[in-house]
Amino acid sequence: MGEAAGQSKERADGGDALVLRALGVGPLRGVNLEVEPGEIVCLSGESGSGKTRLLRAIADLEPHEGEAALGSDERAAVAAHCWRGWVMLVPAESSWWADTVKEHFLDPVPGSMEAFGFDEGALEWEIGRLSSGEKQRLAVLRALSHEPRALLLDEPTANLDPALARQVEAWLRDYCRREGMPVLWVAHDQDQIARVGDRHFAIRGDRLEEQPCSRN
Amino acid sequence: MQQELIDLAWWQLAIGAALVLALAVVTYFGRLGLSRDLVVAATRMVIQLALVGLVLEALFSVAAFHWVALMAVVMLLLAGREVMARQKRRMTGGWAFAIGTVSMFISSFAVTVFALLAIVGPQPWYTPQYAIPLLGMLLGNTMTGVALGMDRLTDTAWRQRTVIEGRLMLGMSWSDAVADLRRDAMRSGMIPIINGMAAAGVVSLPGMMTGQILGGSPPALAVKYQVLVFFMIAVGTGFGTVAAVMAASRRLFDERQRLRLDRLA
Repeated sequence: MGEAAGQSKERADGGDALVLRALGVGPLRGVNLEVEPGEIVCLSGESGSGKTRLLRAIADLEPHEGEAALGSDERAAVAAHCWRGWVMLVPAESSWWADTVKEHFLDPVPGSMEAFGFDEGALEWEIGRLSSGEKQRLAVLRALSHEPRALLLDEPTANLDPALARQVEAWLRDYCRREGMPVLWVAHDQDQIARVGDRHFAIRGDRLEEQPCSRN
Repeated sequence: MQQELIDLAWWQLAIGAALVLALAVVTYFGRLGLSRDLVVAATRMVIQLALVGLVLEALFSVAAFHWVALMAVVMLLLAGREVMARQKRRMTGGWAFAIGTVSMFISSFAVTVFALLAIVGPQPWYTPQYAIPLLGMLLGNTMTGVALGMDRLTDTAWRQRTVIEGRLMLGMSWSDAVADLRRDAMRSGMIPIINGMAAAGVVSLPGMMTGQILGGSPPALAVKYQVLVFFMIAVGTGFGTVAAVMAASRRLFDERQRLRLDRLA
């Protein structure tokens, strides 16, 4: 933790840390975690271990115990929709409700469409024609276009082919560091965790256990 | 003006009942599985209407305000129960009943009292011959609108859970996240009365007007009353549906604007 905090100081000037205090939801109890600005913390665990519910609890989408804060902004002191606009959850299964991609977007982050393998015309596409991999990438881009201050990613590259997954994760890594955005990233693939994660926690029973991180 | 009314004897009603029985026999042999329901419903209808007839006779002869008010409250509570029974996924903890009843109270009651005081103007204003039938027609129609609207809202919220939560995740407020569902639900509550007005007199002769004409009123007067009643029903149903859908959609979310489908049964 000390090392990660030290790194984050040089890489991020703006941005606030995402702080979880005694969070409890589903099987998990008393989760304390501080994700530094620009830091990517990976989270792994078997299916049913409560990874997704933990992300939902942080975004305040279901009732749970404990507190969260973003920098000096306590979640309880902020209107729920503002909080979710700051701490943005990108679920594994994204939902789309309008006819075209564009209607779900604010202005895309410059360069992000290309980095994720789309050209500008992709915004005009019809939702009905998107493949599951396209939906997944677009869901991340959509979230970024709303300019969140922190990201909660639930297996963001699960449906992508390996080359594209590497490209997407490399871009996300750089972007989050540059913007000083704390990221909680649920992942299965140990290699991916090694590539993107500054720290790695595995869910064991009712708590998070820090795993050695091979990177650096 | 008043013509001699042709009285209906009990044996004449029995002929009608015999026809219903004949229909029941046909559906039985046709294996529609409806004969039992048909007979039960017909029997219920006879008993309920007979009782209401007795109650109204008593009420009309007393015509005291507190009895009229008591009758109105009983009608309202029964309508509230009916609204609750028509929900596929009703709100738990008495909320389905409470929201339905309160929204019918503010719409039907307000419109009936307004019509009695400001438009029809019987002396005294709560004269049961006017108050009870007017309230009954308003409640009956408002009930349909409120029940349809709430049912549509809760059902689509259930089906579109991922869409609503997807919007919440992007930082939309609860109100924006269900705006289209709410509009949809309000529309489905109001469409029956709009269609009913559009078809009145062309496709169907409204029951109230028909009854008044059968009862010996001149058609022109019956039409005027029917027009008034249609207006009141449209207003009552519209406001009742809007109020019920607004309250129900708020109840779908908690104080942290989380979608709480666990509040539906």
